[in-house]
Amino acid sequence: MTDLAQDLLSSFLVAESQLNGSRNLGVVSLRKKAMDRFEKQGFPTTKNEEWKYTNLKPILKRDYRILLKGDDAVSFADINKYLLSDLDTYKLVFINGKYSSWLSESTHQSFDICTFAAALNKYPDVIGDYLGKAAPEGTTFVDLNTAFADDGAFVRIKRDQTVDKPIEILYLTTDENGPAFAQNRNLIVVEQNAEVQIVERHQNIGTQPNFTNFVSEVFADVDARMSYYKVQNDTLHASLVDNTHVVQERGSNVHVGTYSFGGKLVRNNLHFYADGENTESHMDGVTIINDGQTVDHHTLVDHREPNCYSRELYKGIYLGNSHGVFNGKVMVRQKAQKTNAFQQNDNILLSERAKVDTKPQLEIFADDVKCSHGCTIGQLDKNALFYLRSRGIPKKEAEGLMTYAFASDALEYVKIPQLEKRLNRVIADKLGINLEFAL
Amino acid sequence: MLKIKDLKAQVEDNQILKGINLEINAGEVHAIMGPNGSGKSTLSSVIAGREDYEVTDGAIDFEGEDLLDLDPEERAHKGIFLSFQYPVEIPGVSVSNFIKTAINESRKSRDEDSMEAREMLAKMREKSALLEMDKSYLSRSLNEGFSGGEKKRNEIFQMAMLEPKLAILDETDSGLDIDALRIVANGVNKLRSKDNAVVVITHYQRLLDYIKPDFVHVLYTGKIVKSGGPELAHELEERGYDWIKAENA
Repeated sequence: MTDLAQDLLSSFLVAESQLNGSRNLGVVSLRKKAMDRFEKQGFPTTKNEEWKYTNLKPILKRDYRILLKGDDAVSFADINKYLLSDLDTYKLVFINGKYSSWLSESTHQSFDICTFAAALNKYPDVIGDYLGKAAPEGTTFVDLNTAFADDGAFVRIKRDQTVDKPIEILYLTTDENGPAFAQNRNLIVVEQNAEVQIVERHQNIGTQPNFTNFVSEVFADVDARMSYYKVQNDTLHASLVDNTHVVQERGSNVHVGTYSFGGKLVRNNLHFYADGENTESHMDGVTIINDGQTVDHHTLVDHREPNCYSRELYKGIYLGNSHGVFNGKVMVRQKAQKTNAFQQNDNILLSERAKVDTKPQLEIFADDVKCSHGCTIGQLDKNALFYLRSRGIPKKEAEGLMTYAFASDALEYVKIPQLEKRLNRVIADKLGINLEFAL
Repeated sequence: MLKIKDLKAQVEDNQILKGINLEINAGEVHAIMGPNGSGKSTLSSVIAGREDYEVTDGAIDFEGEDLLDLDPEERAHKGIFLSFQYPVEIPGVSVSNFIKTAINESRKSRDEDSMEAREMLAKMREKSALLEMDKSYLSRSLNEGFSGGEKKRNEIFQMAMLEPKLAILDETDSGLDIDALRIVANGVNKLRSKDNAVVVITHYQRLLDYIKPDFVHVLYTGKIVKSGGPELAHELEERGYDWIKAENA
């Protein structure tokens, strides 16, 4: 057992009594059981097939503070640049895992946009109905999060409601705790025919290393619509394991976009469970990383009912000695006839030292389905480069133009123009090109 | 303007050009004809600077400067333009931003300021009208989903925008129906002046009915084996290439 695992076990004993929901017996027993499973299982190593290409060892061998203090010294000026400042939004801001009411803008009108901790007390029945129902038991990071997470975003959009503006959820880490191990949790419930857009970000605003183990559970009821954008542009001190689990009922449409530009090690476990007919599940993303960075996308779409559609498009550009992983699993159960599942993972290596492991995984048990998948790893097309250069566009600009066009293709489904613009700017910035090129 | 002397080029040890000599002056139109595989496209690629070809001997002089030392973009800045036989599709880059970037990069190389947005737009409108292109072309991704004819028109549109001194049209007529051919040829003719030159590379006489050459050259097995006036093109149209092959067997 690693030192960190030991620390977690002893911290759990200390924390158990302090955790929110202590009066909520259901939550207490969930936590205990989750911790028991963690104790037996420990952290995964590269011998585990799911972690074959991503070695956690360097991240786990560090000492972290587990029970974190908040930080009152953070001002709006410190965080403004991590928000969509040109857009009015609801805001849920957490500092070292603790909710910051003075930096946030929550609501209980028509819909609940508040905290997980508040909801534990205020809506114990909702928590009872949904908590732990999407994220599967028995996976290390989910169990660990279930055991420890005492706060995060709680979003419940009631039937037929459309949220009037996007919600921004910001998780910040400061130097207050030294190296910090943060575990927060979102619970997002979009009721029948309701609609919401969420932009989420984890950001280290200090100089100390940190590791975040995050869980987000999303429930999209009948005909619900949701866009969920994850902006990952953290510092090289920050590592993240994101576990996002989406359960979809009939006719619902959920898009999760993951834009990974930063962080030392980022692992995205994104799972969709299509539990009703005629659902649409969209997952896409852009990864642009450089020296010392790893981004690992592990996706699962579980088609359990007939007539559903899933679309998956991940683009990656790798510079320096960066390392990308894509593992996309599509499961089509016997009952899920007429499934239409599309998956594509395209990568460009701009450096000889960069590396990508990509693996599509299709398990199809129904006989009347349309499933396509593909992955490419390549350099820039030489013919296209020559074409641009022959028109007078210098080599460096031509390469920038082509990589930019390649990446921005995956932003097609971003519905918030301000966010799309901002992501395009980050992409241009990461590739060192002039934005004049944009369409 | 352009002087090619004893040019030899190969790709992967395969000698394709075996000593080309050609001189082109401002105001002239030259046609280069020849059977498949004779080296026509290689010659145009070498002039434009495609790196897949290795020049093993000879020289290309463009307005007193050794062209072979220059990158493709530098050649474009000097006024050389190649209309591609197979224009490349580039998703995510619009025609208008592409051409804007190309024009301003050329201006930058001459230490000139970028073209005013209004001037650029007016010019784009004028030139797309010349080629009978719908305005929506400009906002579409470069060549993506374009028909063969649209791609070729788009090439000539770029030529019209960039106003090169030397334009090389590599099989611009292939894949064009008769209406598109007329539009493209008309566009090229409108751009001709005493200061620029055009090289038309083609298999067939057809395009030369519209773009009248001053000189016709026949390229065969990597050499220019015959040169003449426009009548040579007609002779090739009537007799085919077999007699050329026989003469050079």
